[in-house]
Amino acid sequence: MSSQDIPDENLPAEQEAAHGAVGVADEKNPFANPGLPPHEHRIQDTDERAAKRSERVVALLFTVSMLATVAFIAAYVAIPSDKSIFVFPIGHLSALNFALGLTLGTALFCIGAGAVHWARTLMSDVEITDERHPIAAPADVRAKVIADFKQGAKESAIGRRGLIRTTMFGALTLVPLAGVVLLRDLGPLPGTSLRHTLWSKGKLLVNMNTNEPLRPEDVAVGSLTFAKPEGLEETDEEFQTEIAKAALMIVRLQPDNIKDKRELEWSHEGIVAYSKICTHVGCPISLYEQQTHHVLCPCHQSTFDLSDGARVIFGPAGHALPQLRIGVNDEGYLEALGDFEEPVGPAFWERG
Amino acid sequence: MSTAANEETRSRGKAPAGERVADWADGRLGIYALAKSNMRKIFPDHWSFMLGEVCLYSFLIIILTGVYLTLFFHPSMNEVEYHGSYVPLQGQLMSEAFSSTLHISFDVRGGLLVRQIHHWAALIFLAGMFVHMMRVFFTGAFRKPREINWLFGFLLFVLGMFTGFTGYSLPDDLLSGTGVRFMEGAVLSVPIVGTYLSFFLFGGQFPGHDFVARFYSIHILLLPGIMLGLVVGHLILVIYHKHTQFAGPGKSEKNVVGMPLLPVYAAKAGGFFFLVFGVIAAISAIAQINPIWAMGPYRPDQVSTGAQPDWYMGFSEGLIRFMPGWEINFWGHTLVLGVFIPLVIFPLVLVAIAVYPFIESWVTGDKSEHHILDRPRNAPTRTGLGVAWMTVYLTLLIGGGNDLWATHFHLSINAVTWFVRIFVFVGPVLAFLITKRICLGLQRRDRDKVLHGRETGIIKRLPHGEFIEVHEPLSQEQLHTLTAHHQYEPAEIGPLVDENGVERKVAGTQKLRAKLSDALYGEDSQIPKPTVEEYKEITSGHGHH
Repeated sequence: MSSQDIPDENLPAEQEAAHGAVGVADEKNPFANPGLPPHEHRIQDTDERAAKRSERVVALLFTVSMLATVAFIAAYVAIPSDKSIFVFPIGHLSALNFALGLTLGTALFCIGAGAVHWARTLMSDVEITDERHPIAAPADVRAKVIADFKQGAKESAIGRRGLIRTTMFGALTLVPLAGVVLLRDLGPLPGTSLRHTLWSKGKLLVNMNTNEPLRPEDVAVGSLTFAKPEGLEETDEEFQTEIAKAALMIVRLQPDNIKDKRELEWSHEGIVAYSKICTHVGCPISLYEQQTHHVLCPCHQSTFDLSDGARVIFGPAGHALPQLRIGVNDEGYLEALGDFEEPVGPAFWERG
Repeated sequence: MSTAANEETRSRGKAPAGERVADWADGRLGIYALAKSNMRKIFPDHWSFMLGEVCLYSFLIIILTGVYLTLFFHPSMNEVEYHGSYVPLQGQLMSEAFSSTLHISFDVRGGLLVRQIHHWAALIFLAGMFVHMMRVFFTGAFRKPREINWLFGFLLFVLGMFTGFTGYSLPDDLLSGTGVRFMEGAVLSVPIVGTYLSFFLFGGQFPGHDFVARFYSIHILLLPGIMLGLVVGHLILVIYHKHTQFAGPGKSEKNVVGMPLLPVYAAKAGGFFFLVFGVIAAISAIAQINPIWAMGPYRPDQVSTGAQPDWYMGFSEGLIRFMPGWEINFWGHTLVLGVFIPLVIFPLVLVAIAVYPFIESWVTGDKSEHHILDRPRNAPTRTGLGVAWMTVYLTLLIGGGNDLWATHFHLSINAVTWFVRIFVFVGPVLAFLITKRICLGLQRRDRDKVLHGRETGIIKRLPHGEFIEVHEPLSQEQLHTLTAHHQYEPAEIGPLVDENGVERKVAGTQKLRAKLSDALYGEDSQIPKPTVEEYKEITSGHGHH
């Protein structure tokens, strides 16, 4: 195929004098492409002893690789998997992992290094020029393909028999719906499940660490206590899903320090209970600053002021943490006085 | 049967065993036709052409190690009590996914190594694709005929991100579970359908009992299957198009200069696979990654500080962290802009770089093939835009680790966040201006070198006392290399009124195109390369020293 067959606009740019064409610099064009520079021989091309040295280096690398593989197998058999070693400056490591990794790494690396060294020093390094051909087909090929396609389309009569065409497209459009419908049972519909948690009137606040119901005197000023609703155990089938909504954090403030009126009403002796789940994207909030009563979500740094209705004072969260209304029952235990009044966790379309 | 045919049969029978096997295969597969054009295929040499190879090989390593890991991993969220050999977690409740990952790490000999190779190779795969994509972008290797291969590569990068995300979520540890929770929160923010999407994805409320098994089939089958197809397509196109090359003596748009596949690149590229594998194995021996036993099993009510995704997800983390918490409530609905806007920008950041080649080709209107690479300086606007894009990406990456910046450099977290909020807009503009300026400076320097030669540093005193620096003229090779690039003229739309004063109709798109063309190739965007006339005038005349 010669370049004359190709329409001009599809030719690689700058085919003319300045580039592409090889020529000596002359009056007309001092920037002409001078062609490939003369090949420079490597020492291995001219000195057989240097070539022999290269050969030995390559063979040595391949030999080291073999030895490393043997060492890998030996380490696998010999080193117990619970042995720990100290490697300066990394620290304590699993001996087996360290030995296996280094021997495997050496075995692989030496094969690569040998092959590359072989290619670089002993294989021919004479640069070769290959012609490129345009990607687009020549005009006659294009004409033939278009004609064939038209012939095929004509023989199928898809253009002429509109009824077939329309119904076929209709059928092909509808049939994927079967696949979409099948996805319906991937999960239940949300319903109001995101609006409710396990909390309800009379449920005791159980300390997450001790699994004991909390009394007001258990909550010291300046401490952050995590609680779950009474009756929810780690072994429960739905524990993870329930705790993802019900997790509670409890702090005790001086009642005078509580700026928000509703917060004060919903507290007990300065003890306030808030959802532990961040209203941004649902991370559990875990950092508490005693002096300022700020809590910080470690994931995206949303900061809430627990002394002021847990309103957002910094970061990407969009609304305050929901508060749980608490009181004390007859036996002196902290109890919930209802469920959260708004959905906990990240906001969603139906939240409102 | 004729004598000639007999003779041929006999001569074939005598051929060496290797040739006979090849003949057998050729008779069934037609391998000779394939080998004729490919066995001595020429590949040009440049260090930056190796970046794509790093990606290919780390992808192969991920597949090899991944298949091994599936032999031991249980993609199940059933709660079990742990009784393996890692003492600190004895008796703890955890999902089977987490417990089987502990089993791989502590009880399967070499299991930890394979896990770490798998994870390290994934990080390197994504990093390799990022750098490779930048190489292709800054050298203009995406131009015709390679636009589709650019998209294949882009898709591989995006799919690689999601394969990585679904992969590191599988062990169901405290860190990855937190990442999944973030994703759930982001899905919930989608208007109208978000809650439904979340319930379908997780089989109900978060976390439910399904997502590990679902992520597993996405991670080991769906996404890698698509990626394998794209990789094969990517490679076929590389071979079909033949590799690009930089301008230089003997190189043109119509040839490719380099070494043949057999033997040089078979040895170099084949060897490079082992080098990459060897280095990743060594890294996995000494550098611990994702120690899930130290983080513990996932609990939706627990979290650790300094939680970070793998690096390639870091920019999405930055988006969610710097965004103000905007929420709009109306008619009983909530529009969670603080989360939804980042969710929308996330793909837009990626798409911005993906569509650039098509915008550039529309602006230039150039329909010719390009096989000679641009030096980044010779396309100042493109290079500036690329650096601006990287600035956005890296600023978001910084934003994704704002807590680490704050704790490690004793900065205020609020200050770091505010820096990101501002710099994500200002940074790219500055980066664009500075980069373009540097490119133009380098173009001036090239022009100067062509016209006046290389500054030798040799000071010569002339008989009348004047000191001059000796400039050494460039060789023809250098002259050619520095002037080989094509410079576009800005597209003209002509006068808007004809000679009779009647307004000419010009489509808005054409006006836009002319504007963009001026931005890309106007007077302020490139230094005219030296012409032959300029060169002759300076070199032949009096001014030559």
